[in-house]
Order: sequence, then C-alpha cells, then structure tokens
Amino acid sequence: MDWFPFWLSLKVALLATGLGFLLALLAAWALSYLRFRGREVLDALITLPLVLPPTVLGYYLLVLVGRNTLPGQAYEAVFGSPLVFTWHAAVVAALVHTVPLLTKFIRASLESVDPVFIKSARSLGIAEWRIFLLIVLPMARRSLLAALVLAFARSLGDFGVTIMIAGNIPGQTQTLSVAIYQAVESGDAALARGMVLLLSLFGFLVVWLANRFNPPHPSVA
Amino acid sequence: MLEVKIKKRLSGDASSPGFHLDLAFRAEAGITVLFGPSGAGKTLTLDCIAGFQSPDEGRVLLADRLLFDAATRVSLSPQQRACGYVFQRPALFPHRTVRDNFFLALANRPKLERHRRTAAALEDFGLTAYAARFPRELSGGQQQRVAIARALATQPSALLLDEPTSGLDQGLKEDFYRILAQVRDEFAIPVLLVTHDLEEAFTVADRMLVLVEGQLAQAGTPREILSNPQSPAVARLLGAFNLLPAEILALDPAQNRSRLRWNDVELAGIYYPSHLIGDQITLCIRRDEVIVEPKPQRPAKGQLVLPLEGSSVQTRSALLEFPGNLRAEVPLDFYELHRHHREWLVSFPAAALRVL
Repeated sequence: MDWFPFWLSLKVALLATGLGFLLALLAAWALSYLRFRGREVLDALITLPLVLPPTVLGYYLLVLVGRNTLPGQAYEAVFGSPLVFTWHAAVVAALVHTVPLLTKFIRASLESVDPVFIKSARSLGIAEWRIFLLIVLPMARRSLLAALVLAFARSLGDFGVTIMIAGNIPGQTQTLSVAIYQAVESGDAALARGMVLLLSLFGFLVVWLANRFNPPHPSVA
Repeated sequence: MLEVKIKKRLSGDASSPGFHLDLAFRAEAGITVLFGPSGAGKTLTLDCIAGFQSPDEGRVLLADRLLFDAATRVSLSPQQRACGYVFQRPALFPHRTVRDNFFLALANRPKLERHRRTAAALEDFGLTAYAARFPRELSGGQQQRVAIARALATQPSALLLDEPTSGLDQGLKEDFYRILAQVRDEFAIPVLLVTHDLEEAFTVADRMLVLVEGQLAQAGTPREILSNPQSPAVARLLGAFNLLPAEILALDPAQNRSRLRWNDVELAGIYYPSHLIGDQITLCIRRDEVIVEPKPQRPAKGQLVLPLEGSSVQTRSALLEFPGNLRAEVPLDFYELHRHHREWLVSFPAAALRVL
C-alpha cells in the first residue's frame, strides 16, 4: 500500500485545522463580542458551506482562486505557482468546512464562559485583548480543544471540494479519501478496504478523544 | 466622592411592565448601603456607575472625574472608570492562582510595582498563606475576601459591592463585615453596598439609601430611617412597623393633641401639621413601641382591650397578633410568662404614632 495519500491527508488536515482555527477564532470573536451591521449576514455566510453541496463550493472556489482571478494571481505571485491542482488547494478545500464548523464550536465555547468573569475583568481595568487571550480562551480551553479535534477529523476526510479544486494527481494531490475513490473505481477492492479501515479507525480515535476533552459542565466555577 | 444623577428606562414586554430608574445621590468616603427589595434597581444602579449599562439621561461623577454624561456624550469604558466591583459570586479567574489573579488585574503596571502591590494586598487581607492556591481550593468566604482585595489592589476610586454576602452563612458574614470595616478605615473611598438584608444594612452602613421601584424613597443613617420612615413603602420594607389606616377626628394645635379613629376605636395622638380633620391617613408605629400587658380587672383610661388572635416566636422576640392587623413585639421571657392570656390591654404612646 502506498502511504503517500495518508501522509498527505494528515499534513492537509493539520494545516487546515491550524489555519482554520485562527480564521474561526477571529470570526467567532467578531460574532460574539462586536456589535456591527451585517453581523447576522456574516454569521449566515460563514454557516453556508455546511449546507451547500461540495460541487457548488468547488465551483465557487475555482471561480474565486483560479489563475485569472485577483486572489489566484496574488497567490501565484507569492508562491510562484498556481494554487489550483496543487496540495495547497487541498488545504483550501478542507478549510471550506473546518472554518464554519470551528466558528460554530468556538463561538459556543466562548459564550459558555460566564459573563461575570468578563465584567469582573473589565472593572479591574484589564484590556479587552488580555481578557480574550488570558481569561476567556483559557477558561474555554477544554471545549476549544474538543472543537479542534473534531475539525481535524472533518478535514481529514474531505472529498468533494478537494477533487474539484485539487484534483486527483497521484503523488501530488491525491489525499486518502480521493485515493479510496480511485481504488474503488479501478476495482482494487483490497486497497480500498485497507484505506477505508484506516480512515475509519483514525476517525473513531479522534472523536473518542474529542469527547474526553469535552467536560460535562462547560464552566468549572 | 461619587455623584450620581441618572435616569434609565427599561422597556417591558408581555410578561413584565417597563421599569424606570430615576435616581440622584451623593456618596462620600465610607459605606453607603443601597437597600431595597429585589427589582428596585439596585444592581442596575451599580452597573450604570461601573459602565456596564448606559443611562438614558444624567451624569456620573467620581473623584472629580466625569465617568458618564448623557448631555455631552461622555461615557468612559468600564476599564477607564476605576470602579472596583465585587459580585454576588466572587468571580475569581478559576484557571489562575490567587497571586496570578492579582497579577492579571495589575497586568499593565511595571513588574516591580505589580509584585509589590500584590504582596501588600495579600498581607493586608491575611491571604499570604493562600497565594499559591487556586480559587476552587478556597472557601466561599476566603474567595470573597480575595475578590475584595483584588478589586482594591487596582486602587479604584470607588468600590461597588453587589450582595457580596448572599452566598455566605452567618459566621462568614460577620467576618465579611470586619473586612468591610477594615476597608472603610484604610481606604478613603466611597463604598457602595447593595443588599436587601436589613441586618446587614444596619451592621455596616454609615449612610443608607432606600430604593423602591427605581426611585430614592429615603436617605439617611440607618437609625434615622428606622425611627422615622417617611413613606408606607419604606416602613413596609423595614418590616418592624404597624401600618394602620385611620381617620383624623380632631386636631388641637394649642395642646399638641389629636384624636384619631382606627378600627372603630379612638386613639390619642399628637398634633399633625398639614393635615385636616376628616383626613384618611396611615398611622405608623413600630411593633416594639406598642405597649401591651395582660388584662387586669379594670382597664385604665386610654387602654384598649383586645383579644389575642395569635402569636409567633422569632429569634430574639415574640410577636403578638391583634385584630386589625396590629402586631406588638415583646421580649421572649415576657411572652413565655404571659402567653396564656386571652385578653390584653393595648396602648399607643402618642409620640410614637406617626402619620405617613
């Protein structure tokens, strides 16, 4: 069995989780703490990828980051090669689902912190950014960790958007789920079965881990 | 000094009517108690001062600094207001040790000052031994002590306390009052304490503000308020009063006398200025000022004979219940001695009968 798809999937999932966490943290913070016009619209836009089919999302991304678009060309100027049909595109594809998922989870974690701690911190004169980084995030750390693990599991198995914008190039962009699809298509049942079991086992472990992080009571007073 | 003059309207909904806070007061250094029933607007007042709520009108001035002014649209952030705030629950940061709780509160000070202040505050409040503990390893009373010390370590210009003893039992409450007394002696800042516990108000207050439905009903020392409540609402809130609906039958300013009718019996009172004969009034008399004795053979003039309808024993006294919703408070040993009597002589000292 070729282990390249497994390692690629792992790399993509780790990067997508890390990048997604930063993006989602920003979005969740804005949605929870800032009062601005269009907050509800932003909330809906961020949730949208969870309900749209992968083909639609893949299409949007191709239009958005293709070689003739501004973001696509900006990427090419920085990295020296186009984004689409590289393994970087697989990271972008995974982000499409991890960011909405993480935003939802992080927002719930942040809002589970009792507001009295924030009130107390403000009256002590602690700056807003310190409150967020040194009080709210640490107090929500267990549910944040659980969210991270779930997001990691989700990005490990993306198929639809990945195949639309990263393609299926063995040794370059072929992730585990795409490799499974190809193995089934080409009738290699043994290979498909092996990879399916591997992914299932891995997914199970990750979800089990996530449940252990999630405390029964969100705030320990 | 703290100067507050605020108005705030909260719109109601189907389940609750709207609420209107309209309040003006000053608080000097020392302990000012905001006393009132739940829903009187006590916490809302603290939140308006600390910057967690924005009044519709008015201004808040603390130590010559304008914290809020609706007219000129000044509204400092809670961080800039220098109001220490202690809540019902201690709200210590649970993931930090006691010492780190202080460090966090002093995060924007130079390191040396941060350490010096923390050490001083811990020492001052007898917390040095607990510095390395996490909040969950402390008792409720210790946590509340840390909360006060932490608020004071930032050198606030005022200290706001929102029912800080509601979770503590009697012994711990008394410890807490000692800490408050210490705060009053060491820090020359206004301390505003919200409570609906009358005992607590009397124990700690230098001055007391009685809030009823968002309005200031009365202000003064606790003694003044208890000996002279100015409205039925305040008297009802203080508990220990009889409120008797009565009519003025006669007024005699020359001899400082009046005749009153309550519950079909005639009472003698003092002259009440600015009232007229025939006025329907509410007489107010403290329960322990009603004079009662078991009925002898013949009642003297001015004494009513009333049947005892019931009685109840309280922690430090007993209550006798008479017709017309009249209650008299008597010492426990007196009650034990005479509780079997059916009929009692009741009289009201004229000077104790106040008109509200």
